[in-house]
Amino acid sequence: MLDIRSLRAKVADKEILRGIDLHVGTGEVHAIMGPNGSGKSTLAHVLAGRENFQVTGGEVIYQGKDLLAMNPETRAREGVFLAFQYPVEIPGVSTVYFLRAALNAARKYRGLEELDAMDFLALIKERMKLVEMDQALANRPLNEGFSGGEKKRNEILQMAVLDPTLALLDETDSGLDIDALRVVANGVNALRRPDRAMIVITHYQRLLNYIVPDFVHVLFDGRIIKSGTKELALELERRGYDWLKAEATAP
Amino acid sequence: MASTETQYLDAFRECRARGNASPAWLNELREAGIASFTSLGFPTPKIEEWKYTNLGPIAAFDFSRRSGTRKKISQADLLSEAFADASATRLVFLNGVYAPELSSRDRLPEGVRLQSLAESIKGDDEFLSTQLGRYARYRQQSLVALNTAFIGDGAVLVVPPGRRLAEPVQLIYVSGADGEQLVTHPRTLIFLGAGSEAKIIESYIGMTRESYFCNAVTELIAERDSLAEHCRVQREGEAAFHTGTFEAKLGRGAHLTAHAVTLAGSLVRNDVHVALEGEGAECILNGLYLGAGRQHIDNSTVIEHVKPRARSFELYKGILNGAAHGVFNGKIVVHKDAQKSDARQVNKNLLLSDDAVVNTKPQLEIHADDVKCSHGSTIGQIDPDALFYFRSRGLGLAEARRLLSSAFAADVVARIKVASLRQRLDEYILEKFREI
Repeated sequence: MLDIRSLRAKVADKEILRGIDLHVGTGEVHAIMGPNGSGKSTLAHVLAGRENFQVTGGEVIYQGKDLLAMNPETRAREGVFLAFQYPVEIPGVSTVYFLRAALNAARKYRGLEELDAMDFLALIKERMKLVEMDQALANRPLNEGFSGGEKKRNEILQMAVLDPTLALLDETDSGLDIDALRVVANGVNALRRPDRAMIVITHYQRLLNYIVPDFVHVLFDGRIIKSGTKELALELERRGYDWLKAEATAP
Repeated sequence: MASTETQYLDAFRECRARGNASPAWLNELREAGIASFTSLGFPTPKIEEWKYTNLGPIAAFDFSRRSGTRKKISQADLLSEAFADASATRLVFLNGVYAPELSSRDRLPEGVRLQSLAESIKGDDEFLSTQLGRYARYRQQSLVALNTAFIGDGAVLVVPPGRRLAEPVQLIYVSGADGEQLVTHPRTLIFLGAGSEAKIIESYIGMTRESYFCNAVTELIAERDSLAEHCRVQREGEAAFHTGTFEAKLGRGAHLTAHAVTLAGSLVRNDVHVALEGEGAECILNGLYLGAGRQHIDNSTVIEHVKPRARSFELYKGILNGAAHGVFNGKIVVHKDAQKSDARQVNKNLLLSDDAVVNTKPQLEIHADDVKCSHGSTIGQIDPDALFYFRSRGLGLAEARRLLSSAFAADVVARIKVASLRQRLDEYILEKFREI
């Protein structure tokens, strides 16, 4: 489904990604771990099409298409979804309004009929159960004054409504207490499907107790320095990142 | 007096020479108006309050020529332009003259006086002679003076003490429709008796693409403990010059929410002056201006805290595209006796293009020592993080910009309590930003 080959990217002349290779198959859940500043979030944003990162090399093939040639909205309509670490607060636009506009943009792109307000309301109501979200929240301005947990639930709700093929979860566990973490993880697990791949970016093993990945990769200094299965995450939890850093920087 | 003002003096003399049956007090008022305008002349950017706005194009424009187009307008078009309900109680004015066939007073509760000013003048009662021109400062403000010189028609609303109007009263001033008058001076007088309550919507709409000049003045007197919402919606023609002055005086415990929504016009100046003359009076000033092309929109507001414990909250927001120029002058004056005043003022501007310009100037003038006053202004562009967030969900760049621009205006629109107007404005704004 997704092939990242020798991907390099920089921001303001600082090279952050220094040759990433990653293959994600249909239905797989990959975790990308790594210390702060290793390039995890940059990778997610580059895949979603954030323009302030400049791709300097490599390619990304998504479902046989050149992902990097698409603008952010086209990637989204093609089924790529990024759950933000810091969702933006937008006073003046309700979640319901925003999400219907987004879903209809994608449906139009795919040649499907747009959903009217009634049908959409039925859909969002059903998906809100997944993240145990109160309906009143969806009528409020998007993320405005939401708690950390509410914002993350709202991200997963958006994912549930937009129904992506490839979901990128950027530090979805940050800022969550244990109850919120469980709710968000349950939501994500309910959205695991054989035809959907996920890349879960996290600093801690904690989240991976709830969302169990098929593969774990360690990103350090803009490169993947180790890949393995879920046991690798447990080992990292026990031993930290330093032993890998030492391995990676050894001549 | 500059030669550009002479056409108004000539018009005034011509008007007076034709003779009229007006009462003596009104003729005196008009004479005082023209005398004041003659000595003040059109304001120029040399005056501090007019630093960013040059009325030169208005002063130089030859309005004595006649318009080439005549256009009949349907009631449906008119109501839609004015964001009005068909059932609404309304007075409609075509090119400054009351149009009874388009107006509706059927649903007006008994005892409430709603008349055209011309009708009212014919009736000539003591109320009119004592209240008209009492607060509008024609001796200081040349545009008010000009309007006062040409007082002819407009609207008079008087709500008796304790009376609550359930439905809004709509005053619709139409320019460029089925007529030739290129200069109008609509005059509105609103008087709310003690403990009364009313919502008033004043719309200024244009049905022509030609230049014309609408110079409106509204006086609002809110007596003790009355409650008023005044919505001023300006949708003049694209080449129109519009200057509007709103003068309000609030008595003890009175509450006024005044909205100023500017959606059109080529050269626009809105002057809002609110005097909180009674203890504990409160006003909320709420403004929205949307500019594009080469529009120039100036909002100048003055709030005077005269007595103690009065409160004022002001929020003006502007969205400017193209090479539009926005101006905000917000002055708050707290008089010596106005202890425990609470005044807050915010002006926020969103620039959608590199060529759009805004000048914002908040001013506090405080003569009392125990007061709370704050002001702030911002000028910014669409937040790139928000834009990316929207696009990452599949919304196109244009759609994302449209939604975010509308969202910027949303809190101002949300403060309008007249639901039908609020909804229509929301729709209008979303539609307006379709092409940005």
